[in-house]
Amino acid sequence: MNPIIGQALDRADGPAKVTGAAQYAGDFTASGMAYAVLVQSTVAKGMITGVVQEAAQRAPGVLHIMTHLNAPRLPQGGKAAFEPPAGRMLSLLQDGVIDYNGQPIAVVVADTFQHALAGAAQLRFSYEQQPAALDFTAAKRSAYAPKKAGKEDADVAWGDAGAGMGRATERIDHVYATPMQTHNAMEPHATLAVWQGDQLTIYDSTQGIAGARKTMAKTLGLDPSQVRVISPFVGGGFGSKGSVWSHVVLAAMAARTLRRPVKLALARTQMFGPVGGRPRTEQHVALGAGGDARLTAVRHDVVSHTSVMEDFVEPSATQTRMLYATDNAATTHRLVKLNVGVPTFQRAPGEATGTFALESAMDELSYALNIDPIELRLRNYAEKEPHEGKPFSSKSLRECYRIGAERFGWSRRPRQAGTLREGNELVGWGMATATYPANRMPASASAKILADGTAVVRSATQDIGTGTYTVMAQVAAEALGLPMERVRFELGDSSMPDAPVSGGSMTVASVSPAVQAACLDARAKLIEAAIAPGAPLAGATRDDVTTGDGWLALRSDPSRRVSFARAVGGRGAIEGKGEAKPGKEREQFSMHSFGAVFVEARVDRDLGRIRIPRVLGVYGVGRRLNAKTARSQLIGGIVWGIGMALMEETSLDPASGRVVNASLADYHVPVNADIGDIEVVFVDEDDPHVNPLGAKGIGEIGITGVGAAVANAAFHATRKRVRDLPLTLDKFLV
Amino acid sequence: MHAFTYTRAADVGGALQAGAAQGSAYLGGGTNLLDLIKGDVAQPLRLVDINRLPLAQIRELPGGGLSIGALARNSDTANHALVRQRYPVLSEALLSGASPQLRNMATIGGNLMQRTRCPYFTDVGFAMCNKRNPGSGCGALQGRNRMHAVLGGSEQCVAVNPSDMNVALAALDATVLLRGPQGERRVALAEFHRVPGNSPELDTNLLPGELITAVELPPAWPNARSRYIKVRDRASYAFALASAAVLLDLDGQTIRAARVALGGVATKPWRATATERALPGRRLDEGSLRAAAALAVREAHPLRENAFKVELAQRAIVRALREAGGVA
Repeated sequence: MNPIIGQALDRADGPAKVTGAAQYAGDFTASGMAYAVLVQSTVAKGMITGVVQEAAQRAPGVLHIMTHLNAPRLPQGGKAAFEPPAGRMLSLLQDGVIDYNGQPIAVVVADTFQHALAGAAQLRFSYEQQPAALDFTAAKRSAYAPKKAGKEDADVAWGDAGAGMGRATERIDHVYATPMQTHNAMEPHATLAVWQGDQLTIYDSTQGIAGARKTMAKTLGLDPSQVRVISPFVGGGFGSKGSVWSHVVLAAMAARTLRRPVKLALARTQMFGPVGGRPRTEQHVALGAGGDARLTAVRHDVVSHTSVMEDFVEPSATQTRMLYATDNAATTHRLVKLNVGVPTFQRAPGEATGTFALESAMDELSYALNIDPIELRLRNYAEKEPHEGKPFSSKSLRECYRIGAERFGWSRRPRQAGTLREGNELVGWGMATATYPANRMPASASAKILADGTAVVRSATQDIGTGTYTVMAQVAAEALGLPMERVRFELGDSSMPDAPVSGGSMTVASVSPAVQAACLDARAKLIEAAIAPGAPLAGATRDDVTTGDGWLALRSDPSRRVSFARAVGGRGAIEGKGEAKPGKEREQFSMHSFGAVFVEARVDRDLGRIRIPRVLGVYGVGRRLNAKTARSQLIGGIVWGIGMALMEETSLDPASGRVVNASLADYHVPVNADIGDIEVVFVDEDDPHVNPLGAKGIGEIGITGVGAAVANAAFHATRKRVRDLPLTLDKFLV
Repeated sequence: MHAFTYTRAADVGGALQAGAAQGSAYLGGGTNLLDLIKGDVAQPLRLVDINRLPLAQIRELPGGGLSIGALARNSDTANHALVRQRYPVLSEALLSGASPQLRNMATIGGNLMQRTRCPYFTDVGFAMCNKRNPGSGCGALQGRNRMHAVLGGSEQCVAVNPSDMNVALAALDATVLLRGPQGERRVALAEFHRVPGNSPELDTNLLPGELITAVELPPAWPNARSRYIKVRDRASYAFALASAAVLLDLDGQTIRAARVALGGVATKPWRATATERALPGRRLDEGSLRAAAALAVREAHPLRENAFKVELAQRAIVRALREAGGVA
């Protein structure tokens, strides 16, 4: 029988999604439900001095207006779950302090959504304004070192970067900048809060139901057993739904006060500030190389902004600590505080922005050395993790470069920039390295084989559009010996066995081993039942029993077989449990995915318009559980990369700190017409260390490297080096 | 959002009657007005739905011009055979705007009335906007103004007229037909929109209660060549950073007559008349076109973030002329 794992299967949840049957958080209703609208501040810093709410109170249908004056007081002023970055500093109407423009300052609840909106429009606030920190450049003077940069230390160095730089015969030393960005998942955040006595059920659009449950319990002063979080479908998160944000708690507070269910859905404009975003970075990268093109030193110093409310670090220098071999390196992260919403994880936090800087600098070095950019990377190939010297669990980057160069036709690329032209377009080819860590966390699952010969497998994980429903069903079907259509995988309910947040590209790597273990446990129990005295396969040894296609059969005598349904028999169901967690291998090996991205850019010589007709990404990402969803993930990541390279930027008004492009008309992401051919190629990898299935994450690596590959291609086309994203056309008007 | 009443007009007379009441607004495709109402930017007391009025016709005029009813949809107009054959620049401009869904709803009359997308105007969370709240100041002058006008602005307002269609209509010398309480009148497109000056709250010279009934185009130039070039930050569904609509009457490679209008860089649809006067007699080479294009931006006042538009507008003119002439 063909293995089910790895097949290019359609999404199990596809029909439900395209027919509208899939229920997203905002689609849920409850009897007696009221509608809440979030009201936000219009100043960046200060105190609320007055609330005029009589008109709003009298507006038709308005049931409740919650402000800092009447909001229920929460344990520790609403900060009980504040453990950044898992638990965030929220705006829960506990005081009148304003920290950013767009901060939640009130909730208006009404019998209909329209009444809530109309009521909210009548609400008036007065403020005592204070000078706000909004100027990144000015705030840099008071940059400070954060405690950590992601999971790593803020500063990491080895060797002597200064001395190494001194020995270099060529040096690159530039500042690269990336702007503030906003996730803009297609599905806006939404929450329905339902209380039954002291039991709270939250229907929420979240990447982490277990975290949401803990955060809600702590913030509201409940026991986790009093909170249930349900999230069967999530229309994209990209990091913005990895934390509980203010509106979730506010919905629960309003519902408790009103003693009726409350739904609070954010408008698109409300996703620019209160639910995170990628912070702006300024990255100083210095590379030194000798005549042999080997790196004598690498420096990468990152400054990113955070909110005055909380420290969040975009860890842009972390990949610089492992990507190239060098004896001398120094990397730092610094923060500047601004009066803006709390920034957060956004698709490949660190690597997306960091590879733009590092891989642009590598490209600049290749021109300085007059060496092919791939050759430069091969000369500095890290055979082992360069800082601590750990071996990689697997690394196919050399293959990625080779296959990519071959398929892209790299050998036909002129070494010199600015030499290719077709009509009014200047043509250039660029490449960059992609990388992302292979993360994994503990997870658990259950598997139940039913009397009808089907199985229900559960884990409190999420499908944020990535294909969890599909690949977990594949893993379960194969482990059990059932065809796909007889396995139902369920997720998105905190009453199911615990699983980690769907972030860090680790859902497959974490949850699939637990699913496999649970299914193998159920299968073993099914076999025990089948060989018990009096049972259909009585007398057989358990090792003699195989399962496949819904049958248990004896290896020694395949004619002796029994269906799953009959083997379950009068028991009604047979249940297995599975837990899986990473072990010592995580200390022994450095675990990462790698890839190589190749881009063709065409820049209009007069109008500066840049388009990307062709992208090729070649990746080594371990074992693919579903060839189709894997490819889709990487294509999606590359599209993100193109958006980041060419157009994405959240713009703040310098006077008020208010976002000026808080809509999908004004905050540009690529439209279909912006995307040309994208080809994704996988290098087969057998990695026994990352997890029992050999799967590395593939959610985030796709965006990495793309920004630099685009900028490098644009330079190759135009001889114009743009070091600040996005590459808008005005930067090419010379 | 504020409460308003809704009436559906059965005929033009009824619409005018309903529209005469203070606080009335005519509702066409609603693609702009409804967004403004939802955002509390527009607060009409009464919406008069005119979609059932018989104003969607596109027909040839005696003498060879074209009449486009105010309720003709953008998509229908762009794809109409007579528009495609005789006024392809209008077709191009319409199809470069918005998205297919919006073009299917949006009307020609509504497009003429389209309001600026300046964020300080469309977001009531900004305290300053002279167009929305006269006398409150302009947030864009010292704020984020990459998208703003370099032509036709004032100390009060630098908001761009966002329409692509208007640019083509300006180049085509269109006339707007209006019906009001005092009867019918005709206004040249050039006189229809206003520069902000000291009354930025007025986008047009439409009088209260007046209804746009049609747009008329004069007969097309025989053998005219035309082009609409739109330069923007992404390939579709984005407003112009600069756009140019050009008409050319050529004698071989030499220009006999030309019309040039600009979008994305000005507070109203902008005829580059100085450029037009300089073009006759010039050939289609970049150098001589560039010299004529420079005349279009002599009066430009760039802001902190949009100086590039001065250069881009000229390049868009040159490219449009060369493409119209078949040499680029």
